[in-house]
Formats: sequence, structure tokens, C-alpha cells
Amino acid sequence: MKNKFAYTKRMICFAFSLFTLSIMAVLPASAATATDIGREYGFIIPVLAVLIAVLAACALLLVFLTHWTAKRVRRVRKEIAAVQAGETAKAAPAKRNANVPALELRHVTKTFGSVVANKNVDLDLKKGEILALLGENGCGKTTLMNMIAGIYFPDEGEIYIDGEPAVITSPKDAFRYGVGMIHQHFKLINVFSASENIVLGIKDGQKYKLSEVNRRVREIADRYGFHIDPTKKIHQMSVSEKQTVEIVKVLYRGADILILDEPTAVLTPQETEKLFAVLRRMRDDGKSIIIITHKMHEVLSISDRVAVLRKGEHIATVETATTDENKLTEMMIGKKVTLNIDRSEPVNPTERLTVKHITSVDADGVVTLDDISFTANAGEILGVAGIAGSGQRELLESIAGLHHVNEGEILYEDPTTGKTENLCDKTPLQIRELGVRLSFVPEDRLGMGLVGNMDIIDNMMLRSYRRGKSLFLDRKNPKDLALSIINNLEVVTPNEHTPVRRLSGGNVQKVLVGREIAASPSVLMAAYPVRGLDINSSYTIYNLLNEQKKKGVAVIFVGEDLDVLLALSDRIMVISGGKISGIVDARTTTKEEVGLLMTSDTRMNTDEKEDA
Amino acid sequence: MMKVHESTKKEPLIHLTKRDAISWQKSILIRAAAIICALLFAAILITLLSKENPLNVYKSMFLGAFGSERRIWNLINDTCILLGISLAVTPAFRMKFWNCGAEGQTLIGALTAAACMYLFGDKLPLPAFFAVMTVACIVTSAIWALIPAIFKAFFNTNETLFTLMMNYIAIQLIMYFLKLWGKNGSGVLDRMPEYRFPIVGNQFLLAIITILVLTVLLYIYLRYSKQGYEISVVGESENTAKYIGINVKKVIIRTMIISGAICGLVGLLLVANGSCTVSTTLVGGQGFTAIMVSWLAKFNPLYMILSSLLIVFLGKGASQITTDFRVDSSIGDIITGIILLFIIGCEFFIHYKVHFRKKTKEEE
Amino acid sequence: MTTFITFLVSTVRLGMTLLFGATGEAITEKSGHLNLGIPGTMCVGAACGCVAESIYFTSVNGRMIPVLAVLIPIIATFIGGALMGLIYSFFTVTLRANQNVTGLVLTTFGIGISNYMIAQVKAEAYTFAAARKYFTAGLPFSKNLGWFGELFLSYGVMIYLAIAVAILTSIVLNKTRLGLHLRAVGENPATADAAGINVTAYRYGATCIGCGIAALGGITFVMDYLGGNWEYVIDSIGWLSVALVIFMAWRPSFGILCAIVFGAFYVASSYIPGINLQTKELFKMLPYLVTIVVLVVTSIRDRKEDQPPAGLGLNYYREER
Repeated sequence: MKNKFAYTKRMICFAFSLFTLSIMAVLPASAATATDIGREYGFIIPVLAVLIAVLAACALLLVFLTHWTAKRVRRVRKEIAAVQAGETAKAAPAKRNANVPALELRHVTKTFGSVVANKNVDLDLKKGEILALLGENGCGKTTLMNMIAGIYFPDEGEIYIDGEPAVITSPKDAFRYGVGMIHQHFKLINVFSASENIVLGIKDGQKYKLSEVNRRVREIADRYGFHIDPTKKIHQMSVSEKQTVEIVKVLYRGADILILDEPTAVLTPQETEKLFAVLRRMRDDGKSIIIITHKMHEVLSISDRVAVLRKGEHIATVETATTDENKLTEMMIGKKVTLNIDRSEPVNPTERLTVKHITSVDADGVVTLDDISFTANAGEILGVAGIAGSGQRELLESIAGLHHVNEGEILYEDPTTGKTENLCDKTPLQIRELGVRLSFVPEDRLGMGLVGNMDIIDNMMLRSYRRGKSLFLDRKNPKDLALSIINNLEVVTPNEHTPVRRLSGGNVQKVLVGREIAASPSVLMAAYPVRGLDINSSYTIYNLLNEQKKKGVAVIFVGEDLDVLLALSDRIMVISGGKISGIVDARTTTKEEVGLLMTSDTRMNTDEKEDA
Repeated sequence: MMKVHESTKKEPLIHLTKRDAISWQKSILIRAAAIICALLFAAILITLLSKENPLNVYKSMFLGAFGSERRIWNLINDTCILLGISLAVTPAFRMKFWNCGAEGQTLIGALTAAACMYLFGDKLPLPAFFAVMTVACIVTSAIWALIPAIFKAFFNTNETLFTLMMNYIAIQLIMYFLKLWGKNGSGVLDRMPEYRFPIVGNQFLLAIITILVLTVLLYIYLRYSKQGYEISVVGESENTAKYIGINVKKVIIRTMIISGAICGLVGLLLVANGSCTVSTTLVGGQGFTAIMVSWLAKFNPLYMILSSLLIVFLGKGASQITTDFRVDSSIGDIITGIILLFIIGCEFFIHYKVHFRKKTKEEE
Repeated sequence: MTTFITFLVSTVRLGMTLLFGATGEAITEKSGHLNLGIPGTMCVGAACGCVAESIYFTSVNGRMIPVLAVLIPIIATFIGGALMGLIYSFFTVTLRANQNVTGLVLTTFGIGISNYMIAQVKAEAYTFAAARKYFTAGLPFSKNLGWFGELFLSYGVMIYLAIAVAILTSIVLNKTRLGLHLRAVGENPATADAAGINVTAYRYGATCIGCGIAALGGITFVMDYLGGNWEYVIDSIGWLSVALVIFMAWRPSFGILCAIVFGAFYVASSYIPGINLQTKELFKMLPYLVTIVVLVVTSIRDRKEDQPPAGLGLNYYREER
């Protein structure tokens, strides 16, 4: 019924355009009859009438013909596809033994300005295997994959697909070679539905009909075991749903080589397991898969082989079965690093920040924080664990006065005056005026914590520029601060006048954390402070946090790596879906316990939490 | 699959990368080259259209701008007026508030000045009248600019389109008052030279000094004051501004009041130190030209002296061509347009580096 | 009653003129280009049309074939507009210049060029005045149908064309792959690029076609609304069109209705009896005021469907870091 309606609608449109066309032609003609010139050319009217009739007939014929052939072509295509499917099924084992790699990179180099992202990388991907790409943050994994996917073009080197040299200058080329990439940041259009996103960019010569697309999407989903609603709009979806759309999008295009860039970073363990099951089914279906991940146990559980990158260079590719965690870590970081972080006993823990029953509802009516209560003590690091997007950002921003809180109290015990202040729903400025020394290292460093286009000095002023009654800025003190941070934290920068945008991720973070600590805070909140940082920079940050703790600062540390959380924090608060699912002692708890709490839905009562 | 490989065996011929930074010498060189290219291109066009020797044309252009003392004063005065309007839009632009309404804001200032003259020029002693008129102009223009700012601040209403519309409302308002006050509904308000500002040395000097002082003040305001710093932070990232406790709404509104006030001052100068009357074409599109002036100068008030001088020079020269060679006056606009397009285009070469890929070695 | 009908008719005539501009600008904006060069584009387009008509008129010594007398200026106008779009796209897409600045320069530039072109054929201005009867002729039987004929069938060819173009644009935008891709380019060019859509081609294409269509508004204004006289007010029609795009919330088919409302506001002052000259000027503010009201209301309501394309005004560079 639906199809028939669409067809009728098209016919009406067509008839309408024909109608306007004829008006276009007849109008001037009829006007002509009224004029002197027209009388001489009066014969034009019958000629035109005939012309229009012929045109109309031709057009009608054309519409029917195309409709009919399109139908036929589709049927034939389906038959061919069915035959091919049968053949691939038969050919699959042979294909998997084939010596020709599905994908091969030779001497690939890419530089951005003076930064070498990839240097002389050789890599091969066999047919029907899952290859894990392992490396520290910033070692060039994503850049390398982006070159295969056509986002970047290599400065030097060649890419071979099925043994043939391939030139991939755009994502479109990549699709033609059967390469599909699922990016870490989803490339989806929020106001479009899942299906609209999936067909985006496909020019297969078939008629564009969303109902047909929806049907095929469901088909693919069934085949590999996804759950997806093709008509749902992206902005209404959860992260895992969006990822599913991305994967289906690639499969819909018939990709043989799939690249997944840190797909598990945003998933719960259960969702990760589901994803891995899907990936294994794809591999068994003959697809070749590259998966980028940091998590060692995932590498070991999913991959057939592991390729390790370090500082843009390919170190080695090994069979997963013949290696273990220690060997891989060694290859990845180059030297053995003690994973133990110094942890001192809390110094004289007194209550500094007490959060009582805060609840927050966002503009769409979604409850982002649900009755959160906890205490952050001075001289202690409170770790916050949780799946990305469980309310960590909202929590920190609520305390910092950036997020609206509907209910509850945030009480701050002033260590100098002994007074208690309620910070709830105060602006950052009001909080400052109360004398609360609150420092906040936000997740979005260049978008929130710092101004990318300003130099280091001007960024130093962000917190302090209001000081004094003068109408004018004081750049002297910020300059001294900038120089001391550059020296003490070993920030790699040409000078203090360099825009922070030009610094590398680790150095940007050092500048930000350095500034926040320079304000000698009594509460320090840090959201994902080591995300994207190399090992050395990460340790610098851990040490800074520990120093603050020793000084008697209440530190709230939101992290994603459970090992780090367990090693650094004194207590760990776990958030799940905007609720606190537990607060545990970091010294006695286990990774499994925290992991379980992260995915649990049950809410413990407040007393238990306080005891923990 | 095989076919696909063959058909796509090409590498991109031109490859672009973003430059990290460029030395100022190089950037000046690129801009100079662009202007020379533009002049050459325009020369060819003029020769084709007017059958004149382009060298003569450029000579007349130069003389048109610098030919006599009077012309030089005119040039400086016009530059200052354009500079003044450019100064007005600059604080807003630094805040990424795309104020396309400078035309209307200036017109409202001019209208207020004319209204003051018409309504109570004879009711007050001159010094008091001047004070009242100045304050009135600045206040009305500031209010005019305030309206879109309030909506931007509270509802995030698109300011580009809002301010554009406000221009036309301002024009219609002037039309209304002209029809109301003009003799016999002629729509023209007679000059009222008796209420002109006193002449200081030279009829232009007052405006020139005012604007130059304003330029320096604005430079200091933007670069060294706390409020100027807040404007930059809001422009770069609203999130950062909120994070450090800047009241973004307040900054938007405050900055637009400054924008409007400067426009009002320029409108006042246009009327009380110039035309002594008001018309819808008084500002003559300079509200839009100012956007280019400001953008070309990278929103730096000191550079704007140069960019406004360049644009006024082009305009003056072009109008001289039309009288010297009796070609249509629109040729001037065309030349100005071409030169501006070249300057806009050359920014590309300042920000990006073009690599031509060498042909790769053949397979086999 | 007759005055009311005349009012409605002239409302529609102006409204559909604006509709061309708005449809063109909507196509451009859907690709992510906030083209403030539309007024200049309309001027250049109209000038191209007039010059072409003039050339045609003189080359056949006034014996114009009606169809050609309409078609030639239409085609010339479209080409003229598309060329302006090409310049705009070259600067914003290839050279990545600021869209606002480029647009405003093009408006100045376009007005200059169109004035120059018109000055060249000024002496033969009667030639395009002669063509107006082909543009304004209604359907043959419209005169016999009383108010109905007057209201629905009496318009010139361009008015119907405007409606057809608006509807066609709506269908293409919402029901075809082309439209899907175009909307994607305007919403999120990086995503569209990753999906293998040639962002550059779509932006160039949409801008050129959009500008071509917008330019038709210019020729309609000259030939139909002004009755074949060139007046230097086409750019104000251009700004009204830009305003109309907001008013119709980027939906050309809905724009037909909005355009009529806009036209009504614009011509209302001439049809309200007993108002004086100065009040007329106040009435002419209405379309702009209404646009502002619409802008404010949509921004307050903040519905996802009414918002401008997310990528509007932003240039795209793939290797941006």
C-alpha cells in the first residue's frame, strides 16, 4: 500500500510539472495573439500544441519505461546477488587460505606540519582475520587508519588491496575498495534517521526509497545479530545504538575490510561482549577486521594477530596466541614501566565537600543526576568511575556552578573560617566570591579549560584576570606563572607566547592542570585528566594530584582506566545512569567489583554508601 | 574490482596543508601581490570596457584621491568616517557576534542628530544643544544595537539576520520622518547649517581627531582592559567563558552597547560635522564596507587605519575615473569589488600551503 | 471587492518574485552557504536578462517570437545568477574565504556590474519594456472568469514558474537521494564527506543552481512587478528574500504561503485607504519586522525542525586539525 501511494504521489508531481510546463509555453503564445507581432506568428500556437503533446507522450513513456526497467534490474540484481552469495559461501575457505593479503601498507609516512604521525609503516591484514592495532595514545593509530579510509592521503608509501595498488583519495574511494571505517567520533547526522544515515552517500543506481532501505537494514541486522530501529532519529539514540548504526552503515555498503577505532571505549562490558560476538560472526563470514583498542584483555580475547605501533612506527605484528600481556606492553611502551602509582595514606581526612541528594534534569526531561549524595574529604583522592556519559560531567559541572541542579545541596566546609556554604545553583563567580577555592580541570581542555588561540600567558589569566580594581589587565604575574609552569612541568613549547592550540595534548594538559593547581585550591576536580596523554605525561599528572592530596586538598578524580583508579584513589565512587551504585575502598576492592557496579542498575541506600 | 582499480589510478595533483604560522613579511608580500594582480586584472577590464590606456586610468585614480589639498582632506575625512564605523563593528566581531547592522545603527545616530536640530535646535543655547545632541545620538544608537543583542543573549537569535533586518527598519524610519518633516512631503529635509559643530581649524579636523582618538582608545580597550579580554574569551569559546565565570549575556549586551554607541558618534559626526541633514543614503553602504575593513585588518583597530584608507582610496579613484573618461560611474564599484575579491582570495595563500604532487612513477 | 482582488493579485506577484529568491537561497543554505550575495546576484541576473532581451529585440528588429522573448531572458538570467554563484563558491569553497564577507563584497560588486550593464542598454530600455507583455500575459480565458480568473489565472508565466520551482525543490530536497545528500552536506559536511559525498561538488552545484533560481526573482521583479522598467531597488528585494528564507523555515513549499504573506505586508500600504505618505513608509517596515518576530519566535521555541542547517556559514576543510 505504502509503495503504491508513493508511486501515485510521484505521478501527481509529474503531471503537475507537465501542467506548469505547458502553461509556460501556452501563456506567451496566447499573449502573442493579442499583439501585432503575435498576429504574424499566430501559427506558432498549433505548432506548440503538437510539440507539447509529443513531449508529454515522450515523458510519460520515459517514466513508465524507467519504472519498469528499474523493477527488472532490481530483480536481476537480486538473482545475481543470490548466486554470488552462494559462490562466496563455497569460496570462503579457499579465500581465507589465500596468500594475498586483504590489505597491505608499504612504507607509509604522514606528517602534519612538523609532527610526524606515521613513519615508514608496513602492515598487512589477511583475509578473514581480526587484527588488533595496539599502541599508546598519540602513536598514530588513528592517522594510519584514516589514510586507509581516505580521510588523509599519505605523504609517502603505497596501499595495496587484494594485492593491487590502491589510491584512496577520499572515503568514496575507500568504499569502492570495500574499506569501511567506524570512527571513534561517530560520523552521523543528528537530525536524520538511522536509515537515512546508512544510505547516505550510496549511489548504486537503484531507486531511492526509504522503505526498501529500512527492510535491508533489518535484514543485515538479523544476519549478524544487531538490534536497530531504522526509523529512529540519531539524536534520540544511545551511544551503543549509534555505534550499531555506524557498523550497519559500513556493512550496507558491502565492505570487506572493516576498521573499528576504539569501539569499546564507550560501551559497557556486556555491550562489548555483544560487539565481539558480532565481529566474530563477521570474520567467519570472510570479512577482514582491524580493531584499535587500548584494553589488553580485549586484544587478547578478540584478535587473531596484534600489530603494535610506537611513536608512529610499526614495531611488530605477532600472533595473539603466541604472546601475552607483558610482551605486548613492552613492545608498546618500549621500556618496562612500573604500573604502581605512589599512594600515601590520607592526611587527616576531614569533610570538605558534602553533596546531598542532588538531582538534575536536562532540557529534554532526561534525569542526568538522580539523588546523588557523597562526601569528598580533604587530603584524600576520591575516584569517580563509570561508563562514559553516566553523569560524571554533569556532577562535576554542578559542583563548579556550570550545571543547573533541580534539588539538593552542595555544602562546602571552609577550612580557614570553618563556615559552611551551599554552592548549589551559584554561578562560578558567586562561588569564587564566597571564598571557595575550587579548581576544575574539565574534560574538554581546549573547548572549555583553555582558549586555543590565546598564548600561554593569556590562558594563565583566565582564572585570575579579575584580581584588583584596575580596569586594565596585569600580564606580569601571569607571565611569571607561565614561565614557572613551563619550567616545573617541563612543557615543550617554543616560548610562553605560543598559542596553546599548537601544543601537543600532553603539554596542553600540563598547562591546564598547572594553572588550576596554581590557584592553591582546597577542592580540585579533574575529569579524565590523562585522556590522550602518553605514559610520561600521565605520570606527571598523577604526581601532581598526589601532591595536592598531601597538601590537604580534596581531590575528585574522574577516570576511565580502572587500573589507574584503583592505584591512585583512596575511595572510588561508582556512577551508573546518573545514580551512585556504590562507594568502595580503593585499597580493598577489586576491578571486578567496580566493573560490576558500573553496569548495575540497583541503587544502594545512603547509609551503606557512607559506610563503604 | 579490477576495473575499479584501473579507473582510480590517480593521485591528487594539488594537495593542501594548513600553515602553522607565517612570517609577517611573507604575509605582507602575499597581500601586496594580490593587490598588484587585482590592479592588473582591473586594468585589462578597464581597457576592454573604456578603450583607455590603463596607465592613464590609474594616474587619474591616483590624482582623484591625492590630486589637491582639498582632495587629500576629503580622503582623510572619508577614511575616518569609514574607520569609525569599522571600529564600531570590531568589538562585536571579536566576540563572534556578526553585527551586520552598523549601517542602521549609524543611520539612527544620524537621524537623532537631525531630529535634535529640527526639533529643539532653536530652543537651547548652542553649547547645551551640542551636549544634548551628542548624548542623544549615542544613546539612541546604543539602544538600536541593544535590541538584537538582548535577543542573542537570552534566546540565541541569529544576530546576522536580525541586524540585517534592523537596517531596513532604520531606513524606513528615516523615510517616515523625512516625509513628515520635509516641505510639502518632498521627503527631503533642508540643511540646517546653523546647528553645525564649530569649525576647528578645518571643517574636517574635528571628525578626524575624534576618530583617531577613538581608534587608539579602542585598541587599548580591546588589548589591555579586562573587558576587552572578556570579549576575546567569549569570542573564542563560550564554554570557556562560562567555566571561568564570565557572564556571557552581560558581555554580549555590553559589547553591543559599545558598538552602537560608536555608530551613534559616527552618525553624529556625519550630520553635525558634515551634511547638516539626514537622508537614507547618508551612510551609503559603509556599514557593510566596514565589515570588510574590520575583517581585512584582522579586527585590529590600528591595522584598520590602513585597510579603510585603501578602500576609500579605491572609491575616490574610481569616481575620478568616471568623470575623467566619461565612463559609467558603476565601473568604480566594479574595480573596488575586484580588488576586494582578490584580497579576500589571497588570505587563502596566507593560511594554506599548496603542494603540487609530482607525477608518480608508472607501474611496471 | 475589486480593490481587494487587485491587492491580492499584486500581493501574489510580489510574493512569487520573492519566492524565487527565497527558494534559491534556501537551496544554497541547505548546502551550508549563508550567501549574503543574493541581492547582488539578483541584480546581475536581472541585468543579464534585460541585456539579452535587448539584444534579441534589436537583432530581430522587434519581431520577437513570444516563446523566445520569454525563454531567452530566463536562460540569460539563470546563467548570470549561476555565474555569481560560481564566484561565491570559488571563494568560499576553494579559497575558504569568510562567507559573510564574500557575500557582502559580491553584493556590492553585483550591484556595480548590473548598473554598468543596464547603463549600456539604457538607450534601448524600451526593448525590454516591450517584452513585458509576454511576461505578464495571463491565461487566455482568465478574463472571462471574473474574480476567479483574476485571482488564479491572470498571472504571468514567471509566477507559475516560481510555484513550480518551489514545489520541485521541496520534492528534490525531501524525497530524493540528491536532496538527502545535499541536506547532509549542509548539516554536517565532515560526515557527508566520510560517507563519500563530494562536498565540494554539492556546495558548488547547490550554490550555482540556487543563485540561478534566485536571479530569476530579479528578472521577474523587473519584467512583471515593475512592468519592464529598471529601477535601482532590486537589492532590497534580495534582502527581503533572505528574510523570507527564515520566515519559511527553509521549506520552499511552505514558502509559497509565506511569500504571499510577505508580499501582502509589502504592498499593503498602497491599498489601505486614507493613510498619508509618511504612514506608508512605516507600513513598509512590516516584512522586516515580521521576519524579526519569526526569528525571535523560532529561536525561543528552539525546535529541531525549524533550525537552520547546522553547518550554515562554516567552510569545510577535510584535513583540519
